[in-house]
Amino acid sequence: MVNMRAARLWLGGVLLSGIVACASLPVPHVDDSSLTAHVELTSVAFFPQEDHQCGPAALATVLNAAGAAVTPDELVAQVYLPARQGSLQLELLAATRRHARVPYVLAPQLDTVLHEVAAGHPVLVLQNLGLSWLPVWHYAVVVGFDLAPRELILRSGREPRALLGFAEFERSWALAQHWALVITPLEQLPVTADETRYLGAVADLEVQHQFAAAASAYTAALARWPGSVAARFGLGNSRYGLGQFTQAEQAYRELLAQHPTLGVVWNNLAMSLIAQRRWDDARDAVRHALELGGATADAARATLSELNAQAGQ
Amino acid sequence: MIMLRKRLSTIVGCVLASFLFASVILPAAQAQMVGTDALLRAQQMQQERAAVATALERADVREALLNYGVDPAQVQARVESLSTDEVHSLAQNIEQLPTAGDPLGILLFVFVLLLITDILGLTNVFPFVNHKHR
Repeated sequence: MVNMRAARLWLGGVLLSGIVACASLPVPHVDDSSLTAHVELTSVAFFPQEDHQCGPAALATVLNAAGAAVTPDELVAQVYLPARQGSLQLELLAATRRHARVPYVLAPQLDTVLHEVAAGHPVLVLQNLGLSWLPVWHYAVVVGFDLAPRELILRSGREPRALLGFAEFERSWALAQHWALVITPLEQLPVTADETRYLGAVADLEVQHQFAAAASAYTAALARWPGSVAARFGLGNSRYGLGQFTQAEQAYRELLAQHPTLGVVWNNLAMSLIAQRRWDDARDAVRHALELGGATADAARATLSELNAQAGQ
Repeated sequence: MIMLRKRLSTIVGCVLASFLFASVILPAAQAQMVGTDALLRAQQMQQERAAVATALERADVREALLNYGVDPAQVQARVESLSTDEVHSLAQNIEQLPTAGDPLGILLFVFVLLLITDILGLTNVFPFVNHKHR
């Protein structure tokens, strides 16, 4: 008897908490004034997920759409945790870099998801299909939407075309902190990209020595934000990483024409000149870097000793 | 006891030294180049100090991934492809972070419970429950 009562209380609690969670979620506001009523990216591939492997399947879906040919099977070794029977969000970002693409986490609003999809970019989303305290985590890919019945079209699990109302989706997505990942072809940017956050994501690719991909992404970023210091600096650094030292020099000089007091740029310019064995030009550049001092003083001193060592040989 | 501690400290010392060695040796080819991430994050001064902390955190994450059954042949590449910030997050709370897998692979009692909440429209776990669109 006691057990029955406890069970009933427990179930009541479950239902109540579900109702509370549900009621507390606002119906998402969508600014649809600039959106087409119906968008569906029919050419996005569908990879039905194998057991427990919605991570590899969803990631393969967006990577292929971004021009990186990869199968879910190949991604299992890169993102799947056997003992947890699932994949971590951060490992999806890391694996994206291994396939030479920029992983960009969207601003947490349904609006941004819709605008990316409308621009032709499928969006990988994390959902909690269960309850906040009894989570059932799931990755799916938003490939379309319809504003009239207000529903999303997703590649989800074993369903190539799952339909989900905005409010239903919002509930499961809010329980996953509105996490959404977009991966674009290198010559394109997410339409909703924030300059600093996007360039940070490209810089992480540069750190991984994916210089060719980073150079393409920086070039695309400069088309969007021509005055961006970080994008032009990154383009120079990526060219340097590729061994294209005259093109690196060109990027640094363009930047210095606008921002002559950036010591870091003088320093890296000196490095690109050393690589071209132009000792006098390099000496001139490193002198500027040393005079400006600041945070890069150590790097500038190291550059000078490098110059002296190489020029002396 | 003293012997043990001595041996432990030698091991820890060796491990630390190998990390420091790795962190100094790896970027040596471009030691004078300033990366774009340093410009963006304006942390040039703190980078070397952070490198030691990051090396330790990477070791923690490597350990965690191995414990979660990742193939030892794959674990190095997986850890290396994480950014410094990502390594930090994982080192802090990898156990709490969600891992999404197959929603159909859950325990029976959870299945029954969620089936009920699904039918009531409170959750949306099972594709075979006819969900109303709102």
